[in-house]
Amino acid sequence: MKLNERSLAFYATCDAPVDNAGFLHKRGGRGAGSHRRWFVLRGNMLFYFEAEASREPLGVILLEGCTVELVDVREEFAFAVHFAGGRSRPYVLAADSQAALEGWVKALSRASFHYLRLVVRELEQQLAAMREGSPANALPASPSPVLNPRPKENGRAVWSALPEQPTAAPQRPPLPPRRRASASNGPLLSFAQLHEQYGLEVRALRSQWRGGHTGLAGLEVSWHPSESGGTHTQDQP
Amino acid sequence: MRYNEKELQALSRQPAEMAAELGMRGPKKGSVAKRRLVKLVVNFLFYFRPDEAEPLGALLLERCIVAQEEPGGFSISFVEDLSRKYHFECCSQEQCQEWMEALRRARNEIRKMTGKDPLEQFGISEEARFQLNSLPTTHGRTACIGSQLDVLD
Repeated sequence: MKLNERSLAFYATCDAPVDNAGFLHKRGGRGAGSHRRWFVLRGNMLFYFEAEASREPLGVILLEGCTVELVDVREEFAFAVHFAGGRSRPYVLAADSQAALEGWVKALSRASFHYLRLVVRELEQQLAAMREGSPANALPASPSPVLNPRPKENGRAVWSALPEQPTAAPQRPPLPPRRRASASNGPLLSFAQLHEQYGLEVRALRSQWRGGHTGLAGLEVSWHPSESGGTHTQDQP
Repeated sequence: MRYNEKELQALSRQPAEMAAELGMRGPKKGSVAKRRLVKLVVNFLFYFRPDEAEPLGALLLERCIVAQEEPGGFSISFVEDLSRKYHFECCSQEQCQEWMEALRRARNEIRKMTGKDPLEQFGISEEARFQLNSLPTTHGRTACIGSQLDVLD
């Protein structure tokens, strides 16, 4: 299969921020020893270089559809990147420390678009299940379906199949990341808000992209705090 | 550059964001437009001969530039060499517009531009993300991430 390798190499070494980078020991082919390589994770591509300053990667591992598992093998801090279907052997990699190991496993587990879609699908299912349970809940005009788990035949993306609710303002602003809920106010409302807020942001972003704005300043979406008081709650059911 | 070609081939068989038969012309001077089945999967654009199951090739779309050419036609080129353009001919300007938007969305970099993980900013904790044990298997794969990461946290 032809691949635009030159573009790949440029992408590997460009200035944009990386998702993770560091030295890992990579085991060679069957029986071969392991080599210490400089790894750079960008999106769903894991590049590896002979050295940190190398201008071109030795290779790249496409991470779509992979799973990451810890391994308890002759190397410490080792983990493996597996692919289903038995097409490829797993890549066994080893970090230099526990902290590095954890950082890599987390980063690689989140690396694929596939993963993001799984999460979205799971959220949709949970939302649907909860809606069935509480039909009287005061949600704004219920969209149907909220998101299509599979890309539609006509080519519309999962992300773009969002309900058309331009006037529905979110009732609460989103929490800063990583904050735990202290009290639960009912998870159903939170999910509806999540979908709405996410949908509003995506639509705002899309119109920004179409307008050609690339600066971060143009991507702010203003939230309107609700009139009623109450605690911030974002609880995972 | 070495890469896991079998996985790339497997990716080409995944459900596509967009798929259509388009006219395609490579970047080399004098190349002729040919009918190709063009399929957008995550941030890759695969192209097949219309009757074949294995792709002829793939384009990673990161750092690509998508531009309108003649009406109903667009091109893809890359930041490091804008003169090398892959040309695509659609059956209508509407189809052309749809493709251009889809291709621009496909880049992972767009997520980076906002500086935000689309899920994290809405307070979806990391733990919730990694609770994938309850997910149904997809394409025969089990999500075993969650069980392993419990150990780390």
